[in-house]
Amino acid sequence: MSLFAARDIAIQFGGIKAVDAVTFDVKQGEVFSIIGPNGAGKTTIFNLISRIYNLTSGELIFNGKNVTKVPPHEIAALGIARTFQNIELFSQATLLQNLLIGRHCHVKTNLLSQFAFLPPARDAELAHREKVEDVISFLDLQRYRNTLIANLPYGVRKVVELGRALCIEPKLLLLDEPSSGLNVEETEAMAFWIDDIKKDLGITVIMVEHDMKLVSAVSDRVMALNYGRVIALGSPGEVQTHPEVVRAYIGGEA
Amino acid sequence: MLQQLKTTYTQDISLFANRNAVISYAVLILALLLVPAVLGEFYVGELGGVFIFAIAGVGLMLLTGYTGLVNLGQAAFLGIGAYTNAVLMTKGVPFIFTLPLAGLVSALFGVLLAIPTMRMTGFYLAIATLAFGSIIGTVFQKWTSVTGGFDGFAVPTPSIFGFPIEGTNGVYYLSLLVLIFVIWLAINILRSPVGRAMVAIRDSEISAQSMGINLSLYKTISFATSSGITGLAGALFAHYVRFLAPDSFDILLSIQFVTIIFVGGLGSLHGAIFGAMFVRLLPQFIAIVRDDLPFGIGRMPGLEPSLFGLVLVLVILFEPLGMHGRWLKIKAWLKDFPLHRRSGIRRQKTYARSERLR
Repeated sequence: MSLFAARDIAIQFGGIKAVDAVTFDVKQGEVFSIIGPNGAGKTTIFNLISRIYNLTSGELIFNGKNVTKVPPHEIAALGIARTFQNIELFSQATLLQNLLIGRHCHVKTNLLSQFAFLPPARDAELAHREKVEDVISFLDLQRYRNTLIANLPYGVRKVVELGRALCIEPKLLLLDEPSSGLNVEETEAMAFWIDDIKKDLGITVIMVEHDMKLVSAVSDRVMALNYGRVIALGSPGEVQTHPEVVRAYIGGEA
Repeated sequence: MLQQLKTTYTQDISLFANRNAVISYAVLILALLLVPAVLGEFYVGELGGVFIFAIAGVGLMLLTGYTGLVNLGQAAFLGIGAYTNAVLMTKGVPFIFTLPLAGLVSALFGVLLAIPTMRMTGFYLAIATLAFGSIIGTVFQKWTSVTGGFDGFAVPTPSIFGFPIEGTNGVYYLSLLVLIFVIWLAINILRSPVGRAMVAIRDSEISAQSMGINLSLYKTISFATSSGITGLAGALFAHYVRFLAPDSFDILLSIQFVTIIFVGGLGSLHGAIFGAMFVRLLPQFIAIVRDDLPFGIGRMPGLEPSLFGLVLVLVILFEPLGMHGRWLKIKAWLKDFPLHRRSGIRRQKTYARSERLR
């Protein structure tokens, strides 16, 4: 059964069709990768799913519900979490605060009880902290717990962003280039984590990625895009050898 | 550096960091309670002024220091609080009601300002709030039936349950009480999801949104709490000056509030207090040394505003963390003496960010 489906989605910026009639299904529990040359529309698809952009046409279905018109701040509560290509952490806050912000969509205490920090607010804080600590141990971030994000190395920030998305306790996780800017070792660690997220936490993952080694290692299915259109969809092996994909990356006779 | 060993998660969200902090704050409050018994009326009055500005500073700190939204019209909220309080009191409403009402009415105006400026940041927000400040200032001048216009009016003496709060000492203790309440409120906000949402909006709107934070809602909450707290300060200010006239709430006062948070240190409550001390005590310092300055500098017109401006620029250039940052550095230096190294301290904060994906 498919957890997420995009039906004929399209977005147009002026005369440019950044995403054009793209249709795909993501099954419960799979890792679905989107590849393509620069400017193919991969991140735009993520921005459409997280509702930062409005679709020009098409439909987004998540968990059997049409989410095409849901406001962007309600996407997290539905169970869709994302990371950003260029890291969008809260850089003047500590790692712990960043992960706690990831719990925001689970906040139930009312404003008054927060302002006075009444027992319900205190208990809720402690419960959120427990959840956050689980994520911290899962990603081995203990020693950075109280460090400002601005003082953390790039590789660690990338992991923190993954952790923040996990704090949402999502059903669907959107990873925008999880390995960009990471060294070989860090990329391998990222591959293990994505595998753990899929197998241990049972979270479905959609990933935009350029590193084909990482894509082949973790993905169940791959979709290749070029100029906003789907050119191939299938297993990593099939897509990599697909003639259209080879032409898009390397070029060839028209 | 010596670090406190924490054994429970509660320690991270408790009001005081450890027992030493409890003791030192208790000593501080005790000392402040004893001030009127020891020092003369002039100093008590000045300290009372510091408290009132510190309250307003905490309010603006929540908005600018923590939510990253500039407000160059903060004096308007002080004015709204002051007039609401004073006008209601002349109508016979007891002070115990007018004080919270002053905060509420200011908070409502904060919401009114938040709605049209919701999508603005940086310069545009600065200009919009500046305009708001001058509009409200004009209303204070022209709405003579209520505010008395330029003639102003004398503010009645407040009383709580029949006990009149008279003179400098009365205002001093009242302001201290409200300041402690406001700091408690601000700490609660900052350790709750609301406060974290504010910080999230400050650092990255786009990812705040993806974390499920309703940007318009939390910006409005931030504006409302900030202006509400400033309204409380305004109510006290009315009793502090005892005579309300519209020219107290001009753009220069707004700039003073901005100076409070920048010089004190953006993004820290201590900063708001330090900044208020600076802004209130500098003019007094100038007044004391005025006659001893060479070349008649002391009698030059506009000496005070230009000094404020100069200090603001110097702080932004050389100590972006403000007085609170400097204080942390001094503390670290003393702790590590003689083994201190410069790199041990966190570097500058940058809140003014270029426009990015939004």
